[in-house]
Amino acid sequence: MESGLLLPDVEDPDAAPFWAGTARGELLVQACGKCGAWRMPPRPMCPACRSLESTWIATSGRGTVWSFVVPHPPLLPAYAELAPYNAIVVALEEDPTIRFVGNLVTSPEGPIDEVDPASIEIGEPVRVVFAPVEDVHLPRWVRA
Amino acid sequence: MAGPITDKTAIVGIGQTAFGKGLPDSELSLACQAISLAIDDAGLSPGDVDGLAMFSMEEGREVDVARSVGLGDISFFSEIGYGGGAGCGVVGHAAMAVATGQCQVAVGWRARKRAAKTSRPWAQVSRRITGHWQWSRPWGVVRPVDEIAMLTRRYMHEYGATRDHLANVALAARKHANRNPAATMYEKPLTREQYMEGRWISEPLCLYDNCLETDGALAVVVTSAERALDLPHPPAYIHSFAQGLPRQHQTMTNYFCEDPLRGPAWACADALWRTADFGPADVKVAQLYDAFSPLIVLSLEGYGFCERGEGGPFTDDGNIEWPDGRLPVNTSGAGMSEAYVHGFNLVLEGTRQMRGTSTSPVDGADTCLVTSGEGVPTSALLLRK
Ligand SMILES: [Zn+2]
Repeated sequence: MESGLLLPDVEDPDAAPFWAGTARGELLVQACGKCGAWRMPPRPMCPACRSLESTWIATSGRGTVWSFVVPHPPLLPAYAELAPYNAIVVALEEDPTIRFVGNLVTSPEGPIDEVDPASIEIGEPVRVVFAPVEDVHLPRWVRA
Repeated sequence: MAGPITDKTAIVGIGQTAFGKGLPDSELSLACQAISLAIDDAGLSPGDVDGLAMFSMEEGREVDVARSVGLGDISFFSEIGYGGGAGCGVVGHAAMAVATGQCQVAVGWRARKRAAKTSRPWAQVSRRITGHWQWSRPWGVVRPVDEIAMLTRRYMHEYGATRDHLANVALAARKHANRNPAATMYEKPLTREQYMEGRWISEPLCLYDNCLETDGALAVVVTSAERALDLPHPPAYIHSFAQGLPRQHQTMTNYFCEDPLRGPAWACADALWRTADFGPADVKVAQLYDAFSPLIVLSLEGYGFCERGEGGPFTDDGNIEWPDGRLPVNTSGAGMSEAYVHGFNLVLEGTRQMRGTSTSPVDGADTCLVTSGEGVPTSALLLRK
């Protein structure tokens, strides 16, 4: 059903550990190996101390809805089929400046057009789930 | 405080093709036509041109343009990235090159065909995404409108801005376009009711929050203030110029920093006002980049016309409309109602305001702010008479 979605290249050198994490059911954040600063999206150098060392830290997978949109056509065919659907940005509980784009769903494998967009509220608590699409596990979110 | 290029150069020629959908000419041909018209308007010859500045997305390259238009030996050529953020940068680079003697007469332009491969990058994305788009597109934040709608929803939530504020922007542009025979929407009025009933594109943005899709091209000629005095039109002096790529900014999907609603306009404005002899209160008319209506609201704040969160109410009471508004904005109809050519038409309308030839000429307008895309690494110009 979700064939045709735009998917990440899970072998992207900066992001591969993140996608390996989602496959194991973990939402990871990149952290500097030297000063410990978190950064998202991942990148090669720490903007706080310029270290090239990094580690990946498992987060709580909990956060709040920071914003959301409801796209309507014209869209790429795979998305047009699902439209109108929701897309959200989630602010992570541990550090609300660490944010993830996602979708609000009712279950890990639930469709992205299932939640009534009129019911979505900025600030509402959510928790991560992982939706398998082809060889990728996309983080999505359910109401906490 | 004046900077090293303050008032040293001027826009002395402008040219544009017709605007339309599905124009038969290629992007390169449109570019050559607009450049040719701008050179004529400046009272110069192709052989006088020795500098080029263009959008990096341009399909017609420097060599193609120079060979077609018959330009002279080129001693300076420059390209600016980030699409809609580039327009004022193109003119600014031309101005810097002239002011520093790298060239004498520079041409800057944008030609665009919506069907061209380079025009709508989001429509050609390959299915496996690398780089920063992998953090937004898989979840269906696919188009520029989705990306900006995400920031808009947050902005409305934080500051209480409403769809009526966004409608103010769309309606002002349309009113101005209804006075501009060159505008795509010249004969098509728009009412608040029509706006409110417009179909959704990406909630909270509707059809009328979006710019047009246009084929067309525009060009300017920049030369020294000294030489400008010998040319046929009143010079539009380039008083100040800046680019802006704020710290920790992410182009279009600026969700990954501490303060996403403080976009590139703020960084660009800091640098722009630093080398200006006047401030926002002295600006008589503004051409603000408007791929989407909320970008105007953010730009009003970023460039210092009001405080943060007050951009919405600033648009009330006809404040941004010609002729009586406190700050008439986008007096040609701009991207939403004249033509969307990556914002380059804003530069030409700013020039016309300084010449007094706009179809909505602002009384006593001796200064004009022109901006490029908010939401991407951007640029801005202060023009003066
Ligand atoms: Zn560090």
